Amino acid sequence: MPSQVPPPYTALKRHAMMAVANHDEAARFNFLTLFNRYLSGDLGKGNWLSYENHVLPAFKALHGRAPENREEIRVAMNQDPWHRMWSALKRNSMEMRQQNGRQVVLRQLDELDAKARGFNAASGLLELDPSIEQPLYVTCVDIHCQPGSYHGEERPGDVAVTANYDAGLFATTGGALGSLNDGGGQAVVGWIKQNRPDWKPERVLDIGCTVGHNAVPIAQGFPEAEVIGIDTAAPVLRYGAARAASLGVANIRLVQANGEDLSRFPDNHFDWVQTTMFLHETSAAAMPRILAEAYRVLKPGGLLLHVEQPQYGPDMPLFEQFLRDWDAYNNNEPFWSAMHGVHLEQVMADAGFPLEQQFVTGVRAVPDKSLFPASPDGENEDYGRAAIWNAYGAWKPLVSSDLEKEISA
Amino acid sequence: MTQGLDWIARSGARAKGGRPVFFDEMAVDRLYSLTLSVVAELAATRERLDTVERLLEQNGSIDRQSIEGFAPDHEAGEERGIAMRAYIARVMRGFQQEVEAMQEIDPPVTDWVEKLSRTDAASA
Repeated sequence: MPSQVPPPYTALKRHAMMAVANHDEAARFNFLTLFNRYLSGDLGKGNWLSYENHVLPAFKALHGRAPENREEIRVAMNQDPWHRMWSALKRNSMEMRQQNGRQVVLRQLDELDAKARGFNAASGLLELDPSIEQPLYVTCVDIHCQPGSYHGEERPGDVAVTANYDAGLFATTGGALGSLNDGGGQAVVGWIKQNRPDWKPERVLDIGCTVGHNAVPIAQGFPEAEVIGIDTAAPVLRYGAARAASLGVANIRLVQANGEDLSRFPDNHFDWVQTTMFLHETSAAAMPRILAEAYRVLKPGGLLLHVEQPQYGPDMPLFEQFLRDWDAYNNNEPFWSAMHGVHLEQVMADAGFPLEQQFVTGVRAVPDKSLFPASPDGENEDYGRAAIWNAYGAWKPLVSSDLEKEISA
Repeated sequence: MTQGLDWIARSGARAKGGRPVFFDEMAVDRLYSLTLSVVAELAATRERLDTVERLLEQNGSIDRQSIEGFAPDHEAGEERGIAMRAYIARVMRGFQQEVEAMQEIDPPVTDWVEKLSRTDAASA
């Protein structure tokens, strides 16, 4: 029988910026990691059973038809006793993960702040710009129940929110992202090496990089490349730059900037623009601006790649859409539902990437096979957190479509 | 220890953005928070006990530093993970049996009682 348990928290690889958990703090993460798996696996199927046995028949009796969209299912399921209990357990588990991570970090914040300052003074990987304003989609809510979101500070210049983010991601994802929580970045690098083995990108931009856990594997996978990670939030960049330096990575810079305005970079500058689990945390208004800027700064022939949970296309059953929407309404991910509902290919086309240059592929993190079992899938999948993603990509045409029109005219 | 910051109070900061209400009685929402936290604390205590046992077995003595720094090897980590799964299965039994009941819906027992109580039943 293959191992059913993720490794204990103490077995994870560590970097020097990682907060040190004491015995019981690590044990709480171990509990939450396994509890999250239990909730999505053993108990998760109760949501479907309750829908099929109770909620759907009652809906049909009342309306004379089946639900027509995920919103109707959500409203009906919110009255279902089973789904309420399951949701209450899951919300509490998310909140407990935050409190435990914050206890680990805040009691040793002096040391963590000092370490970050030391690394950043020596490495030169960090470039902050105090003129950058936080977008409303960042400040209106503490994303995924993380107090302070990405930009908040317990005191000026600290790394509290972000050290907590890094310390507990393992528990939130049921141990699916690997030792350094970098399964997403590693999956992307693996995909490139397999599909474009001879490609040697010189400049890479990662938009919305947070602590750089997905940008660092790109820098490590392409040591000749210059990787720039941007984010609007200073605390994640302070921590991320120190984290990268502590891992011995030098070909990366973490820069405070907003993806909606990349004017600091010239046209046709990057070979590759990456986002990983980022677009769902932006607004419907911001996404087209980010994509248009990504198009502008990409070289002709360059790659745009977004790693995301799957979009809700017409092929996805409504009940699965409803389950995948849970975080939007119960885990402070307010933009999740609308973003996953848009026709992303069309938004990318509107930004300049012709439909025929686009592709969708599956990427899946299989981190540290010796240490980790793969992320559970099928009916045991933890929707919203599983390390099973779609990559929405496009190659920027070698000739711009405007020029093409001019030539053919 | 961090200076100039009440790390215990600040650790419990709530996330900005309305918290969903799951039950009709506010007290039930609070009871879920309370119970699940206690479940987690007992899990941590059981893991600590396991650590104490392993250290005593290995060294014949313990001190707090070795408890705080204890990292199980692969085999011990697996054993503790399995023990934690079994613990979760025990405390969550009521929920798990709800799922089981929805998977295989039993006919009412009274139907059987009535059927088997008939004197003209062929065999029982």
